[in-house]
Amino acid sequence: MDVMPKWAEVVLVPLISLLLAAIISALVILAIGEDPVAAVKLMVAGALGSTYGWGYTLYYATNFMFTGLAVAIAFHARLFNIGGEGQAMLGGLGVAFACLYIPWPHWTLALLGAALMAGLFGAIWAAIPAWLQVKRGSHIVITTIMFNFIAAALLNYMLVNIMRPKGQMDPASAKFPDATHLPTLHELLAPLGIEFSKAAPANVSFLVAIAACFGLWLLIWRTRLGYEIRAYGHSESAAKYAGISPFKITMITMIISGALAGLMATNNVMGEAERLVLNSTEGAGFIGIAVALMGRSHPVGVFIAAILFGFLYQGGAELALWTSIPRELIVVIQALVILFTGALDNMVRMPLERVFLAIRRSRRAGATD
Amino acid sequence: MTLMTKFMGATAALALSAGAALAEPALIFDLGGKFDKSFNEAAFNGATRWAEETGGTFREIEMQSEAQREQALRRFAETGANPIVTMGFGMADPLAAVAPDYPDTKFAVIDVSWLDIPNVRQVAFAEHEGSYLVGMMAAMASKTGTVGFIGGMDVPLIRHFGCGYAQGVKAVNPDAKIIANMTGTTPSAWNDPVKGSEITKAQISQGADVVYAAAGGTGVGVLQTAADEGILSIGVDSNQNHLHPGKVLTSMMKRVDVAVYEAMKAGEDLETGVVVTMGLADDGVGFAMDENNASLVTAEMEAAVNAARDKIISGETEVVAYYTNDSCPALDF
Repeated sequence: MDVMPKWAEVVLVPLISLLLAAIISALVILAIGEDPVAAVKLMVAGALGSTYGWGYTLYYATNFMFTGLAVAIAFHARLFNIGGEGQAMLGGLGVAFACLYIPWPHWTLALLGAALMAGLFGAIWAAIPAWLQVKRGSHIVITTIMFNFIAAALLNYMLVNIMRPKGQMDPASAKFPDATHLPTLHELLAPLGIEFSKAAPANVSFLVAIAACFGLWLLIWRTRLGYEIRAYGHSESAAKYAGISPFKITMITMIISGALAGLMATNNVMGEAERLVLNSTEGAGFIGIAVALMGRSHPVGVFIAAILFGFLYQGGAELALWTSIPRELIVVIQALVILFTGALDNMVRMPLERVFLAIRRSRRAGATD
Repeated sequence: MTLMTKFMGATAALALSAGAALAEPALIFDLGGKFDKSFNEAAFNGATRWAEETGGTFREIEMQSEAQREQALRRFAETGANPIVTMGFGMADPLAAVAPDYPDTKFAVIDVSWLDIPNVRQVAFAEHEGSYLVGMMAAMASKTGTVGFIGGMDVPLIRHFGCGYAQGVKAVNPDAKIIANMTGTTPSAWNDPVKGSEITKAQISQGADVVYAAAGGTGVGVLQTAADEGILSIGVDSNQNHLHPGKVLTSMMKRVDVAVYEAMKAGEDLETGVVVTMGLADDGVGFAMDENNASLVTAEMEAAVNAARDKIISGETEVVAYYTNDSCPALDF
């Protein structure tokens, strides 16, 4: 089965895909009369060249880690959860309820409570499509994406009609109380003597995301449930034969998936905005799909892919700030990376496999001579 | 650490060279994008007019995400851009967080009126008054007695537009039927001409023969469909009469361009710490008349609307703002 060595599979394929995306992006930038080398320099310096840049890169990466993990665990059970966006929106609603209506004494407790609520709300939002899938046969791809729109409408209704403070024009909730303020990386690292930009939004939920990556690895590869999820994903009929209940696995997987997507709200709603705004998820639910695809649904891969996409987001913002490259083209560049690493994966993989096969054959031929 | 400082030095140098001419004004567009034929484009036009008249240049950025709002404000402020003009109510909170950190930088924000920061100039428009006038025109031009309102995203600001419009319609024809629809509940509602077109068709099938689009880029689809189907439409923010000559009844002008132009013209002497409300009296809002809609607006219509305009300015007629008690006397949303 293994045509390629593991390192080629994990490192070489994504790297070549990235390189291809970079080359095409460079051509696109050239075509509109800008300097691609300068653009790359600007992106790297802006996203990774200062603690400020890192702060934004990690902030975006935290979002993508949560949604990426959410998609990844569903992939393991062959479920395609494209409702991360809606689940994260609902998670935001849960965070807002927790922060606004419960007087927390300290941010640690507030984080715990808000994370529970975010996870719960996200899980409920994912559990309904899961139930519809196993009991009614409505395909989860269709229902989860529909639930994104329902979530947007629900959020809009809540913010415009109920949670908006009287007289405020902006459809957003009130500011959360100070006790729920999550320490930023600046505040976390200052006692250790490390200077980190004050303005950057990266906060303690980045550590939560890393913990979630580790937790998911434990769950998938070190527990019985994880084994059942993978077995179900590989073959539903074999899993059934082995006594694994499809209902149980689908429900549990989607509940974990939805909870992970919901947890994203601890970063963007509680950590950054500190209030619930309408457009708080900003497509992170969809980026999560690309992140999971690129990370091969492995928590380590998701972690790295999330940082890459964080870099693309922050670097793209810097491009928009300092060059006349229009934002549509920045989206094109981001899309090219998704296209090459996600959708066109086989384009790189198959020739590469052929190369490795040829090498192996010539070696074998050399051995028999 | 030395490596880090070197990197930081490099970014600083890069940032400096990028913002070479100090005290350039900066313009931050809202999520709708620069060329939305409406709100943001009006700001761009105002800034371009300033640049052409003075030979100056300005920095600009289109928002892609919420987190970028604060980021863009800080980056522009740090490179010495002054004044920094920002668009839309979504900038209110980021401004409240950022502006106090840069007391020497002057900020202006359009569509915000509730902040209290000494170095921010807030510009609000009396959109309900302008909408009232075009509502009157819609009612007078309508033959079926049914008129439509198509909003962008369902937010209080757009209800504010719709509310003024409905009051104007009812002032002319108390029995008129007003069909109000919002395009959506996500930011894409500001830029969805296809859906705008669908809603227009739906309203036409319910009898509407004049539709008012307060929906940013979505309005392009509304105006197009209205023109194709042979009914009248009303544009918003910029003068959109020219998009379909003879088919756009009028446009509710919201002179964002003037507000931006004036802020940039004042430059570093911009008066801040104030809330400026631009209404009918100072032509901050109004209805557009030009050769493209001259054949559609009769002399009586124009006279009636001008009379109403004078009455609103003098305070004789009061148009209720949606914000006053978060509801509208003439329309339910």
